Amino acid sequence: MEILMAIIIGILFASATYLFLSKSILRIIVASGLLSHGAHLLILTMGGLKQGAVPLVNKEGIPVTDPLPQALILTAIVISFGVTALFLVLAYRAYQELGTDNMDQLRGTEGND
Amino acid sequence: MINLIVLPILIPLLTAVLLIFFASKVKTQRWISAISALLNIGVAFSVVRKVFVDGIQILNVGSWVAPFGITLVSDMLSALLVLTTTIIGFAVILYSFSSIGKEREKYYYYALVQFLLVGVIGAFTTGDIFNLFVFFEVMLMASYVLLVIGGTKIQLRESLKYLTVNVISSALFVISVAYLYSVVGTLNMAQISERIGSLEEMPGILTVIAVLFLIVFGMKGAIFPLYFWLPGSYFAPPIPVMALFGALLTKVGVYSIIRTFTLFFFQDKDYTYELLMILAIITVVVGVIGSIAYWNIKKIIIYNIITAIGVILYGVSVATTTSFTGSILYLIHDMLIKAALFLLIGVMIKITGTSNLRQFSGLIKHYPGLAWTFFIAAISLAGIPPFSGFVGKLLVIQGGFTAEEYIGATIILLSSLLVLYSVMKIFIHGFWGVPKEYAKKESISYRALLFPIVLIITISVLYGIGSDYVYSYVSQAVQTLVNPELYIEAVLKE
Amino acid sequence: MKSSDVILQTTSKIVFFVILLFAIHLFFEGHYRPGGGFVGGLVTAGAIVLFLLAFDIKTVSILLPFDYKWVTAIGLLISILTAAGSIVFNVPFFTHTYDHFHLPLIGETSLHTAALFDLGVYLVVVGVTMTIIQTIGESE
Repeated sequence: MEILMAIIIGILFASATYLFLSKSILRIIVASGLLSHGAHLLILTMGGLKQGAVPLVNKEGIPVTDPLPQALILTAIVISFGVTALFLVLAYRAYQELGTDNMDQLRGTEGND
Repeated sequence: MINLIVLPILIPLLTAVLLIFFASKVKTQRWISAISALLNIGVAFSVVRKVFVDGIQILNVGSWVAPFGITLVSDMLSALLVLTTTIIGFAVILYSFSSIGKEREKYYYYALVQFLLVGVIGAFTTGDIFNLFVFFEVMLMASYVLLVIGGTKIQLRESLKYLTVNVISSALFVISVAYLYSVVGTLNMAQISERIGSLEEMPGILTVIAVLFLIVFGMKGAIFPLYFWLPGSYFAPPIPVMALFGALLTKVGVYSIIRTFTLFFFQDKDYTYELLMILAIITVVVGVIGSIAYWNIKKIIIYNIITAIGVILYGVSVATTTSFTGSILYLIHDMLIKAALFLLIGVMIKITGTSNLRQFSGLIKHYPGLAWTFFIAAISLAGIPPFSGFVGKLLVIQGGFTAEEYIGATIILLSSLLVLYSVMKIFIHGFWGVPKEYAKKESISYRALLFPIVLIITISVLYGIGSDYVYSYVSQAVQTLVNPELYIEAVLKE
Repeated sequence: MKSSDVILQTTSKIVFFVILLFAIHLFFEGHYRPGGGFVGGLVTAGAIVLFLLAFDIKTVSILLPFDYKWVTAIGLLISILTAAGSIVFNVPFFTHTYDHFHLPLIGETSLHTAALFDLGVYLVVVGVTMTIIQTIGESE
């Protein structure tokens, strides 16, 4: 199972890297989404993939799963949700203002005299 | 009062929320933010006193005993940095009154500054590696918006790049935390340190994690190969925002490197510390080259940030008591003086309407106060005694020589001369010479702008003259760095 | 952009309340089972977005005349004050408390200060999500 997860995470990271290298802002935003998905899956895998009960007090002594990775992922998801939303708004504003979504045309040289 | 150490985080947070309600009333916003910033200085000061008298302070948030919950830890290093942050916050807020403009003030500028302070102070205070990530994100989120409000073309363009860079580095942060968690199975920094310390020998993956952390924090702190985004992004926003970024954001990265390297990666010094040292030296060189190459005053100061980061991290990588002391002294000095320098060039740009050094001269005739304040700031930056940069740099270099790291220490010694040249260039070309006439666009309240700068410069001069007094505080901060057991014991004592 | 899809408009008027009730259910469910303020807030925002799709921004802002930035701020304030309440009792920041009460009609129930905190989270999520959607939507 870990191997499968590792492959999936690898594919996610690879596609994120590929998309990050493209010129369109929209693709870069998608890439940032994929990258954070990969990172979240990695936390889950690194926390150990096991089956178990809900980590609350149980009298039967059933082994419980580690709740921490899930808490971390939830936090990370919320954060990446916020960042992606901000990214989208920013890209949209930039498109309106600068009239392009091509990163190549967003090079700047002010102050580099 | 067991909640004392959370107050420096809580006060700006509450203020930020309050300020959202008063978005349209600019006067009220100014009063609220100034009073809260002043109050926070007082609180931060009492935290420093408390830590000095009673040792490391901890707070188990939500009454979850460490290591199960999130722990806030205030050792001397974090308490001093929090105090410095609050002072800079106060000065920048005062400066913003007459410089940032009504448009931005109505667009939640003050609230965002407070959110930024929450993130920075939180990152300095937290004792939990994932919580550090969360505070980083709070800080970054505020910085994204601060970078873009006003919405000029250059701001939009640069903030897109800044955001992309930081999204990647945040993802890397999560990834490295995940790896670390798989090795040690905990997130509490004290417990991580304890568990790594109890390992027989450092497994290879810990070195990988150390390098990952170096990349993540180095990206924020702008060390050598990862500084590429900084000159462009810091160039875009208005001056007060630039001062906040330059003084605080990069230093959070540096603080995190210091914290993680002294707590987690103290075993494998051969590789990780060596790498850090090489990068630090190259950072110094790159920063110096940038700062003497440019004729734009903003760029000169921006590249000086990079030089300072190199000097501080060099002291950390030498990892002796002397060099740590030097690094921390220099870190605090640099936060103050960089904020002051950015605000100073802000005044110059306001007066002349340009940031190109070739287009103005002779400012000393009409603005002697500005000129002499700048002069003091400039020689403090270069580290001329008795001003504040001297002792820090001296100890870093001394530490380097005693540890027989001659190359790095020599480079840093030489770099101070070039740093002096780079700021004196501004002084000679900008303040001396024949005064030029400038098209006055609007009347500027020159004195109101200068007041917060004089405030910071005074503190920094006192910091330099009273080095003996400060030294007793800093040496307490160094004890936890050299000896992580102190930190572990304080957090996990129950 | 005035939408005139009669089927969508009519259904959304009913479905809106169903979703809203489900959101409230999720919110209280979060007490001991999966759910809570974050999910509840997102579902509520989803309901409002359904309205936005069926009608247009103007109509929705007449129907729900909130300034979402204020909603966010109020939510933050509730959450922070709940957490800061612990300072008054001199227990560590964020410490929650709960007790069992016997309420009329509902019967034996436990009341928890975490629910107040969650209410804040709920409002923040609704506020932030709607602010973002409005910012992008308004300029069209």
